[in-house]
Amino acid sequence: MGELFSLPVLLGILYSGIRLATPYLFAAVGETFAQRSGVLNLGVDGIMLMGAYSGFYVGMKSGNIWLGLLAAALVGILMGLLMSVISITFQAEQGISGIGLQLFGLGLSSLLFKTTLGGVESINGFKPVRIPLLADIPYVGEVLFNHNLLVYAAFLLVPLSAWFLNKTTFGLKIRAVGQNPQAADTLGVNVIRVRYFCVCLGGMLAGIAGASLSIALINLFQENMTNGMGFIAVALVYFGGWRPYGVLAGALLFSFVNALQLWIQVLGINIPSDFAIMMPYVLTILALAFATKRAQQPAALTKPFERGEN
Amino acid sequence: MKSTLSRVLALVMLVVILAVGCAPAAATPAPEAATAFKVAIVMPSSITDMAFSQSMFEGLKKVQAEMGGESAMEIAYSENLFKVPDAAAAIRDYADKGYNLVIAHGSQYGTSLEQVAPDFPNTAFAWGTSMDTFQASGVNNVFAYQAEAQQGGYVLGTIAALMSKTGIIGETGPVDAGDAKLYIEGFQKGAEAAKPGTTVSVTYTGSFSDVSLMATAAETHIAAGADMLTGSSQSVVGAIGVAKDKGVYWFGTQWDQTSLAPEAVVASQVYDWTGILKDMIASVQKGVMGGKAYTLTFKNGGLVIAYNPAITVPAEVKTAADAAIAGINDGTIVP
Repeated sequence: MGELFSLPVLLGILYSGIRLATPYLFAAVGETFAQRSGVLNLGVDGIMLMGAYSGFYVGMKSGNIWLGLLAAALVGILMGLLMSVISITFQAEQGISGIGLQLFGLGLSSLLFKTTLGGVESINGFKPVRIPLLADIPYVGEVLFNHNLLVYAAFLLVPLSAWFLNKTTFGLKIRAVGQNPQAADTLGVNVIRVRYFCVCLGGMLAGIAGASLSIALINLFQENMTNGMGFIAVALVYFGGWRPYGVLAGALLFSFVNALQLWIQVLGINIPSDFAIMMPYVLTILALAFATKRAQQPAALTKPFERGEN
Repeated sequence: MKSTLSRVLALVMLVVILAVGCAPAAATPAPEAATAFKVAIVMPSSITDMAFSQSMFEGLKKVQAEMGGESAMEIAYSENLFKVPDAAAAIRDYADKGYNLVIAHGSQYGTSLEQVAPDFPNTAFAWGTSMDTFQASGVNNVFAYQAEAQQGGYVLGTIAALMSKTGIIGETGPVDAGDAKLYIEGFQKGAEAAKPGTTVSVTYTGSFSDVSLMATAAETHIAAGADMLTGSSQSVVGAIGVAKDKGVYWFGTQWDQTSLAPEAVVASQVYDWTGILKDMIASVQKGVMGGKAYTLTFKNGGLVIAYNPAITVPAEVKTAADAAIAGINDGTIVP
């Protein structure tokens, strides 16, 4: 048990946890925007799969992973647009249309994979970029500042989003639309347009989350490779109290405990693997039960907006 | 009025999306002449999984080619049916459509098969990995098959231990049961026997499809000093990518995984199901619809070690591997 708290192991947990958290951060921060504007998008996992596929396919065929990333973002926006049309314009029940979108993304990405690629191949994804000086900090430097660009981007996204939501006029509009769309409407805010923007932004980030797997962290595409990550991302938004920093805390807790349980197994500490595997989920549930105040849920979440109805 | 209309429209769109999303990716070939032997297979993962499902599907295609192509043997398949109720429905559906042999390629399908098989006495069924044909409960039209995965595991473990410089080996498994457990324990035994004092660490991710966690498991093993890795299930593609990036060696199982990372995959244990498939088909054609349990072993040619020509395995290591195979075949080594 003692060797678990040795320096190399703790640094290893830090390194793996940061990598594991990356796709969750993109997807969950994106979902935070959608939910703060009042739209629950349960289709994140399907968008991630489409992003992972298109990022990989375009990256491989063009030989340029930046184009792949762009394709993933665009496909994510398109999927967000589809969700918007269904749930905002046509006012479909959000929980159900989200599941529909997830199944659509799962089916379509598998079909495209089979018809265009046919088999699992690997790609040279984003390489680690060592940040000079910072990476020279003893011990933690290498672990924190020698990652690929998407990892840095995911972590920078958190303060950026918090600032955008809380300090800008547009952020205020988003929060108003999610809290009281009728009032926002009377003040001249275009509720529908704000919601479209947020769901499409969420879609774009979910697409990038998928690409972070297929062209930066794992560097291949396999059918259903997200394995339900998108649903965990949605849960992280609730966990984080609809705040980007809360989402960050949740993603890190979940990822660090996941990295920890792997180390417990590698070191041969005598705990059945089944218990180790359960740890991240159990701890996340416990933290959810004891730690967060649930005050921040947007009042209009899942409620479609119709002008003049009250 | 407007809102009713938009709800109806939304519902229509949703149905369309669901229909597209749920549509099976696999197309059933059009019925051929009545003489063709019709085989259907239900699989938990995809035919391109580089592992369990692909090995069986490629085996079927090979048998089909040997029998004379699609006019002699017809193959229909349903993949990615990890959930048992979906698979059970597909199994019943294929039996209902008059397929001669319906293969349920997953140990989780057993209980469903035991219920479906008695309803279709003129159809032969097969499932694995298991050795239970349900004859004890009065079912006579089920074959069972199992890969003695521990045999290849033992041999690959021997090679890995002898090639390791750090003396540390990492194994990334999915779930501590079935085929994966056999393989992982055999590998561990082989490594420890070949070079006493070798440390073999084992992790399980709890999932057959969590590519991301499997990749992290591989990273963790490498951080702990492992320079030889192996693992089982379709999710190991993530771990193989990590092995490639970090410059450590990988040993594959179920299917030849060399093509994924020619610079990292030393050798793979490949499942060759053609022998047992041919025997099952011959049995069915003679009217014996089940009751036999098959195993893949080195001895019957069902297990093959496929070396990657791009990586040099020292001659004395290869000799030790061959000796292990010989020992397993004559019974002096029990992996």
